Amino acid sequence: MPTIAEPVIRVRDLVNRFAGQIVHDGLAMDVSAREIFGVVGGSGTGKSVLLRTILGLQTPTAGRVELYGREVGALSRAERAEIVQRVGVTFQNGALIGSLTVAENVQLPLREYRRLRPAALDEQSRLCLAMVGLPNGAADKYPSQLSGGMVKRAALARALALEPTLLCLDEPTAGLDPISAAGFDELLLYLHSQLDLTVVMITHDLDTLFRTCSRIGVILDGRMSSGTLEQVAEDPHPWIQAYFHGPRARATRRGSDG
Amino acid sequence: MPSSLALEGGGDEWRLRIAGDWSARALAEAQALLGDLPQSIAGTLTCDWSAAESPGIGPAWALLARIDAIGGGRLRIQHVAPPRHVAFLDALRRRTPVDSPSDDARSPGALGALGRWVLSRGAEMREFAALVGRIVTVLARAVRQPRSWRLPSLTRHVYETGVTAIPIVCLIAFLISVIVAYLGSQQLRLFGAEIFVVDLIAIAVLREMGVLLTSIVVAGRSGSAFAAEIGAMRLNEEIDALRAMDMDPIELLVVPRILALVISLPALTVIADATGLLGGGLLAHYQAHISWPQFADRLRAAIAPTTFWAGLIKAPVFAVLIAVVGTYRGMRVRESPRELGRQTTIAVVQSIFLVILADAVFAVLFVRLGF
Repeated sequence: MPTIAEPVIRVRDLVNRFAGQIVHDGLAMDVSAREIFGVVGGSGTGKSVLLRTILGLQTPTAGRVELYGREVGALSRAERAEIVQRVGVTFQNGALIGSLTVAENVQLPLREYRRLRPAALDEQSRLCLAMVGLPNGAADKYPSQLSGGMVKRAALARALALEPTLLCLDEPTAGLDPISAAGFDELLLYLHSQLDLTVVMITHDLDTLFRTCSRIGVILDGRMSSGTLEQVAEDPHPWIQAYFHGPRARATRRGSDG
Repeated sequence: MPSSLALEGGGDEWRLRIAGDWSARALAEAQALLGDLPQSIAGTLTCDWSAAESPGIGPAWALLARIDAIGGGRLRIQHVAPPRHVAFLDALRRRTPVDSPSDDARSPGALGALGRWVLSRGAEMREFAALVGRIVTVLARAVRQPRSWRLPSLTRHVYETGVTAIPIVCLIAFLISVIVAYLGSQQLRLFGAEIFVVDLIAIAVLREMGVLLTSIVVAGRSGSAFAAEIGAMRLNEEIDALRAMDMDPIELLVVPRILALVISLPALTVIADATGLLGGGLLAHYQAHISWPQFADRLRAAIAPTTFWAGLIKAPVFAVLIAVVGTYRGMRVRESPRELGRQTTIAVVQSIFLVILADAVFAVLFVRLGF
């Protein structure tokens, strides 16, 4: 029995360097269970690299990354297969497999990790699509036939297929119109409240940030400063001031306050 | 604890005890247990979740679906100590209707499939004709306006399709003519006519093999590259961007590639002819012991003035076929990256087929003309 609540993600002293360029320089990050953690930073500050490092898709130059208390780099094959089932991921452009229908995309992880009969597979993919609010008709479509918003939802459905406890979302609302983006925010909040999810998301969308995130972390100069929105917004760093008190942020806040 | 499912009661009162591992990982087991539930349940069904360990969403969904399938709307269902998401799933089930198979899933039948095939072929032919027409228009304009020749692009494609192909074309021409000369000299030795291996090589290489092998190599190398490059540009909306700036993609992308191939394929053919003769000559020298002066004499006697040109004249025609098919296939890429791979494959297969078909036509034509 765990006595202390282990953080879901713990990153310490992370260093990532590419071709002489330092992206992360001693970055630390903690995400505890059931929070929605937003990762913010300018272009090229290594937000996606951070996510890829956490998922073990990329080996860091130095540092320690733990998922559920276990170091990601030191997992055996069996452990990795175990952890993977607890983490759902969506990528920036959906990353749906183009040669499979939406339903088959959702069934892909189920086929790999559960032995189910075809009827049961259909039933489960229907569940996932219903959870993300995709209509039945979308199941037999190919990703190229879907709109941007539907692709994001289908990607989320695939990420939810194995019932993960951690969701990692890379720019889930980028490229969506404000109404679809707001719909996605609501969906995320709803699923979060229903399914005991921990969510880490990279986002540039101030609306999403203000609406959904319980804590945020800003990557600045290779390090992360994190806290609640109010705490972070008080940081005197010029980038943070520009980000949270710039014209767009003011407009967004006015909107969400009123 | 392993997952288990116990059904008690009878008549109008039933109780379902859900116990053990009902997590997402035990989905397959849960499905199997649910499949064993009898159809006879009626009246009130109480689902007791109190002994279920960390029940997952998938198994709960499967349970609700199974109960629905058994009782339809007639069953009254109560939950005891349900996990929080049961209410969520229940709401979800009520919101999304049980799906009916969509109408367009109907199979069109053999006649319908034939009809669709004919229509799609017709559309393809029309598009191809349109492309050829636009190419001709651009070429006609280029004659009047030297600016639209796009020289930088043309030289780049001549380099990529021609210069970089020299090693592989040489190697293949050399090896094939060595093989032909070797097999030929073996047969001719039976008649004591080994000297005629020179005639064999000269005519085979100059008339047919030089140009044909080069065309097939170029179709594989450059025809596929044309399709893939233009297809990728289409997927990335680069073609639309050009159109939006009122720049003609045919003039910018298609015509330079065709012209480049019309220049580089004949050049490659000449090189292939030379290495082919060299390869055959080397084999004749070392295997059939024909001295170099003898070889030169025989070569001069074997080839008519037209032999070399009969091969070379085909090269520009093949070049146009390969380039037009490659660029056309690239322009046809739509929507998905999967299409890119498919069209590239079609480009190579079709251009090789057309090259061989055209070669056959030339063969008949040359015989008729006494060329």
